[in-house]
Amino acid sequence: MKYLKEYRDPELVEKYLQEIEKVTTRPWVLMEFCGGQTHSLVKNGLIQILPEKIRMVHGPGCPVCVTPLGVIDQALQLAFKEDVILCSFGDMLRVPGTEKSLLQAKAEGAEVRFFYSPMEAVQLARDNPHKEVVFFAVGFETTAPANALSVLHARQYGLTNYSLLTSHVLVPPAMRAILEDEESHIDGFLGAGNVCSVMGLEDYAPIVQEYHIPIVVTGFEPVDLLQGILMLIVQLERGEARLENQYSRVVPYEGNPSARAVIAEVFEPTHQEWRGIGVMPGSGLKMRKAFAAYDANVKFGLAPRVIPDSQECIAGEILRGHKKPLDCPHFGKKCTPLNPLGAPMVSSEGACAAYYHLMAEVEGA
Amino acid sequence: MCLAIPGKIRSIEQTEGLIRRAKVVFGSIVKEAYLDMIPQAKEGDYVLVHAGVAINLVNEEEALKTFAHLQAYGGLEDLLPEEGIGG
Ligand code: SF4
Repeated sequence: MKYLKEYRDPELVEKYLQEIEKVTTRPWVLMEFCGGQTHSLVKNGLIQILPEKIRMVHGPGCPVCVTPLGVIDQALQLAFKEDVILCSFGDMLRVPGTEKSLLQAKAEGAEVRFFYSPMEAVQLARDNPHKEVVFFAVGFETTAPANALSVLHARQYGLTNYSLLTSHVLVPPAMRAILEDEESHIDGFLGAGNVCSVMGLEDYAPIVQEYHIPIVVTGFEPVDLLQGILMLIVQLERGEARLENQYSRVVPYEGNPSARAVIAEVFEPTHQEWRGIGVMPGSGLKMRKAFAAYDANVKFGLAPRVIPDSQECIAGEILRGHKKPLDCPHFGKKCTPLNPLGAPMVSSEGACAAYYHLMAEVEGA
Repeated sequence: MCLAIPGKIRSIEQTEGLIRRAKVVFGSIVKEAYLDMIPQAKEGDYVLVHAGVAINLVNEEEALKTFAHLQAYGGLEDLLPEEGIGG
């Protein structure tokens, strides 16, 4: 548990906490959408110092956690192909597929590389003209510009040996699905600041209206999160539902129009499967036909595969906000970050891993 | 991997068509980043970089504050080379 003085702005943290205490008269259930925010809320001990009336449930905003098993298996299948170098973000390396992870595949001799940026994979393709370089492109709207741009660069360099295996997810359709779900009783959302710095706020206005739910686009530092929570509670206590921007110093209303244009040039919306949740309409991005030459699905004739999740892992219920990691019987026993049963234990942005590290800290303290 | 990291543009190296490559300084780490989506960015500007691509401009004060936060709370692993994650 954090003490106030350990925060970088202890007075501000204290001030927001007091304000939140003061305005909260009833219990409220709030969801932070983004895994980065979950990580920060848990790691900074905010969930422990918030008033009891406020229940934070954790959203599905961890791209690693929601990448479907079937797609991970496709990545593994490509990695073992003779002439393929499979690349992805470091976060993907330990995510379990049906039988193994990419890290295990690498140990068994598959050519797998982990990069900070898809641009490094484009360079690899330029340096290895006789190899097929496939970038396993996962992520939310924040990552989509980089993945899309890598394709435009590959085209500009005239590369024919670079392609993307995509599993892209979008926030607003998932928010809608959560609101439609009768078992999730969310009173307000903290929107994901980084996602909005690309996409802007536009898509959230209709959600606020249709579902009469407040959304506050929020950053991920403790003070941001507390301010965002306060803004939500103030609205809720007054019976209001508005779209607000706590993070306006970073997020312009229109996002970054150039980045949005690049995404729209390369990708189009698609029905997307989210691991643990299922298929949500319009909740993902696939490559446009014009870019079929850079689409690993087309290039390698990959058949879509839907593989049911392990029965033991309750990730689906956690990702929809029905349950919390500590409700899972395997948490910290059969399932740990080094030996994850499900994806939320793999990535540091996953809710299970965030709780695991917190508990380890508390016990070690 | 969702968090964008703020850094300062040290130099803009090359322009091939629309491709604008820059060296961006993140604390003691220097990385390549592409500025294609921020045509107005120039040397000395602060940018939010995600997966090697600058996604927006950000002011200096905000950049330094966010960077300090990421540093304190372990949000910079993405910048480390592959060996850092046991691959
Ligand atoms: S603790 Fe492990 S098994 Fe349980 S829900 Fe989380 S990832 Fe799944």
